[in-house]
Amino acid sequence: MMATYPRDLQYTREHEWARIEGDVVRVGITAYAVEQLGDVTLVDMPAPGEDVQAHERFGDIESVKTVSELFAPVSGEVVDVNGALESSPELVNEGPYEEGWLVTIRPSDQGELEGLMDAAKYEEYLGTLDG
Amino acid sequence: MSEALRETSLTDEHRALGARLVPFAGWRMPVQYEGIKKEHEAVRTRAGLFDVSHMGELLVEGPQAVAAVDRLVTNDVSKLEVGRALYTVCCNEAGHILDDLIVYRLEDEKVLVVCNASNRDKIVAHFAKNISLGTPWNDVSDAWALLALQGPNAVAVMRNLGAPQDVLELPYFHVTHASLAGVDLWTARTGYTGEDGFELFCASEDAVSLWRALLEAGEPQGLQPVGLGARDTLRLEARLMLYGNDITEETNPLEAGLGWVVKLDAGDFIGRKALQAIKAAGPQRKLVGFEMTGRGIARHGYPILADGKPVGEVTSGSPGPTVGRNIGLGYVPRALGKAGTSLGIEIRGKAVDAVVVRTPFYKR
Repeated sequence: MMATYPRDLQYTREHEWARIEGDVVRVGITAYAVEQLGDVTLVDMPAPGEDVQAHERFGDIESVKTVSELFAPVSGEVVDVNGALESSPELVNEGPYEEGWLVTIRPSDQGELEGLMDAAKYEEYLGTLDG
Repeated sequence: MSEALRETSLTDEHRALGARLVPFAGWRMPVQYEGIKKEHEAVRTRAGLFDVSHMGELLVEGPQAVAAVDRLVTNDVSKLEVGRALYTVCCNEAGHILDDLIVYRLEDEKVLVVCNASNRDKIVAHFAKNISLGTPWNDVSDAWALLALQGPNAVAVMRNLGAPQDVLELPYFHVTHASLAGVDLWTARTGYTGEDGFELFCASEDAVSLWRALLEAGEPQGLQPVGLGARDTLRLEARLMLYGNDITEETNPLEAGLGWVVKLDAGDFIGRKALQAIKAAGPQRKLVGFEMTGRGIARHGYPILADGKPVGEVTSGSPGPTVGRNIGLGYVPRALGKAGTSLGIEIRGKAVDAVVVRTPFYKR
């Protein structure tokens, strides 16, 4: 059984999503990632103003059991960080596409967005992982 | 990776309950059903049911059973009365820990030894090599299943299931024979969560009916199935040792804070000489509990720092859902073992503040 992923998002192979909102890209992790992690207990993220590189680690997310790295879907400058996660990391579990977003990034190269998967491609990709 | 994972008699039950199954010590085991935090909370406030059938069980019998086991473990089994249990470790000649065990004296001439799944082959080999000649013993791990019913409502669940009064009133670390839901079993007042509760040993073929009967009887008490994920956070809060993390073949029981299960003056056992020498010299390091005062979660293998220099390693670390802090255990030089001592934990290259605290982190 496979969940349907929001059609308005783009996805990385490391299970982050990206949503274009004007001149920034909002970033979070997918329902699949949340399912794999379990209860999120801590999110370590860069500060606003820091630069991140596409497909490179920009932070870490920890659940009760494990630590996972967060990878940036695009290069650019971090504009905003979801400060609510500091005291309520469980928001990532409760609404990974809404209250559980991680950062917004001002992309330095819009072209990088083309390299991400759309929902249908991501679902297909997930199909190759399980089993 | 290619070796097939073993499954307990209850694996299909776990699947039906929506568990996430993961490889653990060669077994396919449920790590969580609803979520680690919720399951942890259920055990602390209500009751949880665990399938721990992967654990190893050795049955030692005959007139020499007690003496034979006594020689293989550090605690004093010779005084263990029928119907009682004790916690112990099993050491090699160097005094290093091969496993931690619970020894149950089921009958006058029948002793049950429960070992960790990850150590079963090692302990079976150790017994085969070292047990007194002519002592009948068997690895019954495959024939037996083990369920753990843990939490403040455990007694009420057992009452719902029609457990007799002697089972309901069974004292801590006692064991008795019983019949529950038509299943013949050994019922022990033991566990690995820091809560009240029972561990139930039954024949593998009876595990499904016992599991279902317990879940049904426990519904009014809020009983729910609990996976190995919460088992780990529960045991860590209670400072119960995890073999492979906190104790290994590179550690000895004296530095691990398990001196209370080492009875140097109660007859000979394997490792006694070495442990006498370690005790005389004084252990060099100590397994301490710490909590994070900075923002971060310590994990197994992270360096422990003092004044910026590595002085030890984290053996276990995670959020403590009940204590509400990020906690851990690790070995540090003895001088740094006092509660209140400031330490650093190196987390992904950064030193994060921590402080040594008294353990257990949680006490019911």
